[in-house]
Amino acid sequence: MKILVTVKRVPDYAAKLTIDPSGNKIKTEGVNMIANPFDEIAVEEALRLIEKHGGETCVLSIGTDDCTAQIRAAMAMGADRGILVKTTESLDCVSISKVIAKIFGEEKPDILLMGKQAIDDDSHQVGQMVAERLNLGQATQANKVVLEGEWATVIREADGGLETLSLKMPCVITTDLRLNEPRYASLPGIMKAKKKPLDERELSSLGLSLTPSVTLQKLEMPPNKQAGQILPDVQTLVSKLRDVEKVI
Amino acid sequence: MSATHLIVAEYDSTHLKNATLSAVTAAQKIEGTVHGLVLGKNVKHIADAFAKHVSQVHYAEHDGLEHRVAQPYAKVIADVAKSIGATHIWAAATAAGKDMMPRVATRLDAAMASDISDVVDTKTYKRPMWAGGLTGTVALSTSIQVITVRPTEFVQAAANASGNVSNFAADPGPSTTRFVGFEEVKSERPELADASVVISGGRGLKGPEGFKQLIEPLADQLNAAIGASRAVCDAGWVPNDWQVGQTGKVVAPKLYIAIGISGAIQHVAGMKGSKVTVAINKDPEAPIFQVADYGLVGDAFTIVPELIERLKALA
Ligand SMILES: Cc1cc2nc3c(=O)[nH]c(=O)nc-3n(C[C@H](O)[C@H](O)[C@H](O)COP(=O)(O)OP(=O)(O)OC[C@H]3O[C@@H](n4cnc5c(N)ncnc54)[C@H](O)[C@@H]3O)c2cc1C
Ligand SMILES: Cc1cc2nc3c(=O)[nH]c(=O)nc-3n(C[C@H](O)[C@H](O)[C@H](O)COP(=O)(O)OP(=O)(O)OC[C@H]3O[C@@H](n4cnc5c(N)ncnc54)[C@H](O)[C@@H]3O)c2cc1C
Repeated sequence: MKILVTVKRVPDYAAKLTIDPSGNKIKTEGVNMIANPFDEIAVEEALRLIEKHGGETCVLSIGTDDCTAQIRAAMAMGADRGILVKTTESLDCVSISKVIAKIFGEEKPDILLMGKQAIDDDSHQVGQMVAERLNLGQATQANKVVLEGEWATVIREADGGLETLSLKMPCVITTDLRLNEPRYASLPGIMKAKKKPLDERELSSLGLSLTPSVTLQKLEMPPNKQAGQILPDVQTLVSKLRDVEKVI
Repeated sequence: MSATHLIVAEYDSTHLKNATLSAVTAAQKIEGTVHGLVLGKNVKHIADAFAKHVSQVHYAEHDGLEHRVAQPYAKVIADVAKSIGATHIWAAATAAGKDMMPRVATRLDAAMASDISDVVDTKTYKRPMWAGGLTGTVALSTSIQVITVRPTEFVQAAANASGNVSNFAADPGPSTTRFVGFEEVKSERPELADASVVISGGRGLKGPEGFKQLIEPLADQLNAAIGASRAVCDAGWVPNDWQVGQTGKVVAPKLYIAIGISGAIQHVAGMKGSKVTVAINKDPEAPIFQVADYGLVGDAFTIVPELIERLKALA
């Protein structure tokens, strides 16, 4: 069994973000960068499935040299090897999905595990795009994964309840928060990760023609809401809601 | 050139969902003709209902479309989009919309904008990014575009049309996905996404008993839906389905009451659109007070029972 997991490098979810003077980027200098939390869950799930069924976990990240840190972190958790597709270009979701599909074609994993969304751009697109590009079944927002023979059965979080799908492998699964609790890397894990193979590839060497079709023109802070009022007691709250706001 | 819109309908067994009507409103911001698409089994009544809002409804009934599985749905949606020459294909950014629309985009070589909060022009949209901390303006350069719409940011389209309803033969194609089952979270309360009042609880409620003791009676009193922070969903105090936030549900009720919730940006991302927000928290420094219209500082275990009593006295 081989599982390919994607890991995106993103700003820490607790970081205070500011907009670059260019107006269409956030300032990343001095911001702590982490692996997308949903991708950590994907790594954890891959490790658990491999512990149970045998095989290897390969981690893929697309971006600058700095992404090595997130790949090594996944290796410290236990992933066996890594691939970094190096680029400083702005890649939109369509391009990212083409790169992932290309690596999928080379690696031929049984399962591609990804995050349901990246917490920076929040696009919620890439996993589904890769699945369609490769004509594979998908289960997004996975809450539980069980493998049996050539089928992966996934309980996923749909609107109004939990849906169960069985996917013929190979397939694409994207993770939701409740799938698992990612483990911490142990010190020996961190030491071992330094020696694990990490294949660095230039984006240009993949032979893809990537034309950007989505451009981020502008970033804005949402308008500041006026600070609210602290009320002295419940009685005052009830009269505000009834007489001023007329919502009860 | 005028646009041709295709709106993918979402429905439950009896009703077209309100979220779909918000997607219609978003599409109407771009001049053009608006078509609706209804796929499933026994959906003629949904198609008829949709025809009150758009000029043309296409519907198909097929065993392979009985359940909303992304793989077959995406093929049929893309087929219809091509056959009518659609330039803009829309759906609500619900779990289902998020699941299938990126596949539609890929089939059509289209760029996609997710979860938009505004339409700027025929190819430019605004969307929340970074947990709603920033709003991005994105431009799509492909001739066909796929867009999912944040329902809480658009009013629901009025029923002022009398569109044609036409049936077509869908071909969902082969699928490597098998639908096994759906376990509905049953509730007597209004749905989170549609409720006009939402009462949400957080870790300040101390445990599932806190929800029973405080949140449920308050929700009963106000006919409210119940929401929760991620922390308490993760802890298993309440169902996952209740999570409000960046990675949970986005709600926009008339009244949102956050009880024992700190107000992390990821939670606030899901409740920003609420008209009036109330926070009850014992920590005067809690960030939730910066986004709430009204705040009460104190112990929820004394404030909420008093609130329930006073509301009962009003009723
Ligand atoms: C060098 C660089 C420059 C960029 N510049 C711009 C820019 O100018 N404008 C702009 O709009 N965007 C830019 N991006 C961001 C890029 O558009 C997004 O990463 C991409 O569109 C994916 O969107 P998302 O993260 O919201 O995907 P989602 O669909 O929300 O993510 C789902 C999953 O896809 C996987 N994934 C996504 N991206 C990567 C990745 N890079 N590596 C590995 N896995 C990944 C992860 O598993 C993630 O959990 C840039 C990215 C890079 C690497
Ligand atoms: C990738 C990612 C995605 C996330 N997505 C979401 C999301 O979608 N939705 C979400 O909610 N969170 C989300 N989170 C988690 C979020 O960051 C916060 O951790 C979470 O919202 C905190 O929940 P809480 O407010 O219940 O708990 P805490 O932060 O622990 O706050 C509890 C509050 O209760 C108050 N309190 C305690 N006792 C009492 C009492 N007796 N009476 C009154 N007040 C009391 C305390 O003062 C405190 O403010 C996400 C996090 C990450 C990393």
